[in-house]
Amino acid sequence: MEIKVVHQILEWNEDCSDEIKSELKEKKVCLVNVMGSPGAGKTSIITSIIKTMSEKFRIGVIEGDIAGQIDAERMQKLGVPVVQLNTDGACHIEAMAIQNMLPDFDLNSLDVIFVENIGNLVCPAEFNIGEAFRIALLSIPEGDDKVEKYPLMFQTTDALILNKYDMIEYFDFDEERVVRNAKDINPDIDIFRVSNKTGFGLDAFTTWLGNKIEEKINA
Amino acid sequence: MHELSITQSILNIALSSAENAHAKKINKIKITLGEMTGCVPQYIQEYFDIVSEDTIAYGAKLEFNRIPAVAKCLDCGKETKLIRFRFRCEHCNNQKLTIISGKEFLVDSIDIDD
Repeated sequence: MEIKVVHQILEWNEDCSDEIKSELKEKKVCLVNVMGSPGAGKTSIITSIIKTMSEKFRIGVIEGDIAGQIDAERMQKLGVPVVQLNTDGACHIEAMAIQNMLPDFDLNSLDVIFVENIGNLVCPAEFNIGEAFRIALLSIPEGDDKVEKYPLMFQTTDALILNKYDMIEYFDFDEERVVRNAKDINPDIDIFRVSNKTGFGLDAFTTWLGNKIEEKINA
Repeated sequence: MHELSITQSILNIALSSAENAHAKKINKIKITLGEMTGCVPQYIQEYFDIVSEDTIAYGAKLEFNRIPAVAKCLDCGKETKLIRFRFRCEHCNNQKLTIISGKEFLVDSIDIDD
């Protein structure tokens, strides 16, 4: 006998993501989901953001890692509240994990929380975690075919950072190909060329980021 | 790897529906899967065979109904099948499209013995 069910499979995650969104909206806190491959520069970009934006915004960080707390320790030195989230082997962060972490922060004294997702271009894209918007990193040494190979990641992000841009002269990286493919799957995407090492492009990116955070917390 | 938590969710949904129907066994679970989701059906079945052990869903076959990704052009109004997420109207080349199918991911029905 066949019985109709019609039940969304990701509902548990979506519901939880929506709960986080409404809690953060009430507290006027903006959650930003930072994604990219291992080594793309997620920790470094968040570090740069903290250094340049912490006078304007009260920043917190959730450091997602499969194991260990190397990144969290690195970030704690910058004097912002950091909570380590170990997924114990899992390839992505789910909304429930973020919800469990929120009580560790004093939300009344924060404007923005950056979540450094697990280094992976596949799975994290599938799960909303209550974020106001997403940032995806692609570093030059990773190659110019990644947007085509991992479309969901680049289709669902608000901004794409081409990181380690100072390396572009050493790699056969067809920048135009990346931009064309990214715009093809995500016409509204904002693309930034950044080098954390030299500081190139950080101003343009942090200006965009500041406007975006303000727009979300004042919404 | 993210298929594991998704599989757990499929099992929970199927078991709770089966319980409501006082089923003794679940033979088949029909799943609607849009092409714009990143799940691999084969992995889901493999995980399912493990996580469903010791439940009435053990041995159930998962049947996937793949839904193509289709978007409607906001300019000319015609529909375009999206290949690899490429957002461009095949009729007028416009990039402003609205997705009408391909994001579905749900348990549609279960086949049970009562």
